[in-house]
Amino acid sequence: METLAMHISNGIINGPVAGIFAAVALAALTFCVLRGRRDLDDRLAPMAGLVAAFIFAVQMLNFPIFTAGVSGHLLGGALAALLVGPWVGALCVSVVLIVQALVFGDGGVAMLGLNITNMALLGTAAAYLLIAGLLRVLPRTPTGLAVTAFVSALVSVVVASQGFVVQYWLGGTTDLGGNLTGLAGTMAGVHLLIGIGEGLITATTVATVAKVRPDLVYALRALRPATAPAPVPAVGGAR
Amino acid sequence: MGAGHAHVLYRDTPSRVHRLAPEVKIAAMVLFTVAVVATPREAFWAFGGYALLVAVVAALARVGPRWLLLRATIEVPFVLFAVALPFLGAGPRTEFAGLSLSVDGLHGAWNIVAKGTLGVLASLLLAATTTTRDLIVGLDRLRCPQIVTQIATFMLRYLDVLVGEARRMRVARISRGDDPRFLWQLRGFAAGVGALFLRAFERGERVYLAMLSRGYTGRMPAVWQGAGAATAGQWVAAATVPLAAVAIAAVAVVLT
Repeated sequence: METLAMHISNGIINGPVAGIFAAVALAALTFCVLRGRRDLDDRLAPMAGLVAAFIFAVQMLNFPIFTAGVSGHLLGGALAALLVGPWVGALCVSVVLIVQALVFGDGGVAMLGLNITNMALLGTAAAYLLIAGLLRVLPRTPTGLAVTAFVSALVSVVVASQGFVVQYWLGGTTDLGGNLTGLAGTMAGVHLLIGIGEGLITATTVATVAKVRPDLVYALRALRPATAPAPVPAVGGAR
Repeated sequence: MGAGHAHVLYRDTPSRVHRLAPEVKIAAMVLFTVAVVATPREAFWAFGGYALLVAVVAALARVGPRWLLLRATIEVPFVLFAVALPFLGAGPRTEFAGLSLSVDGLHGAWNIVAKGTLGVLASLLLAATTTTRDLIVGLDRLRCPQIVTQIATFMLRYLDVLVGEARRMRVARISRGDDPRFLWQLRGFAAGVGALFLRAFERGERVYLAMLSRGYTGRMPAVWQGAGAATAGQWVAAATVPLAAVAIAAVAVVLT
């Protein structure tokens, strides 16, 4: 279990800024809870749990960023937005972050607001906006969906990493002087690479799910009115 | 809980801290961490006080220092970030061992290492004395919205489903002649990640339907039965640690 973490730990950002972002995150999550309740039915409840578990497992993969001593990892915001929608999706990523902070000490508890704002709110929101836009423009083919998943995952990771830069600019405990643009560049560059990895994983996963059980992909249900008849759930296989 | 459930960090050695209700421990841990973060970084003595509190709780919980320090390596990336700060920081500089270091950066590095380590140690103590199931019961009793606890419950359950399916698929690949070593294992995994997700979902859906048919309504029985809820005495006992931390923080704010 000796995994390394990217989440902001205690003491990186000062108290007041952390407090402000905690309030922001709390307000946004309350809204997500209210909207998410409408979405969460018998089909979405196990899906939300599995998406959270999947993100939890995937966040264990870490990529060190040597130049700044920070490491990054996959976030899963785009996957959550595609499969369970933006509201439940943001909640899924938040749950992952909360459990990681409480149980694994991954990311400071006092910094939860910052981490949730970056990864759960910014990441998922950027991903869902892109998904909503791209699915209207791109052809309604498996390739179109895969491209949507790839691009939205890539962009959401970079957006989330820039959220950290903004927070550091607002309340970093150490004045980096002119090095802040350096930090922004490093974070963006590395997260572009991570984003490609994340995009590939998101695209393969969503493409497979959409091929076998398109009824499970929230983005297809919500953004494209049903054209195909409801498929029969695939059951079977020795297990 | 049946066999095979992941309690990676839970230490099954009964102690006074283990017996406390989970909601009490969560509240104490969060308040302690906030007090630590609110402390001005120049008050070096205050962090010694916090470390003493952590040590006392660890002793009460019978968690050894070796176990704690090994698990605390999770924050290594941030320690590395902290090490870079004295070189990157702006402002007045000081000479140490022939290196020109930023004073502000040195303070920043100390700030990150001290507060980060104390936060990690506090979380580890919570994890070592509370099972993940109790943790969710505790969150529920702290009025966490049901949709959040529900997602958390399923997440922890399905982690095992996911790991189990991954293991089965790996065995299936190997028994069909795949012989992966080292990093090349990743290739087979990457190719099957979509299938893994789908298989885990279908298994998870059956788990969910089985739970529904046994009367699951969105909350675990332990919550609505109310067994093991915190007593007033437990709240008072657990409050001693965070209140001591708040007192230290208040004194530190006044003095600096």
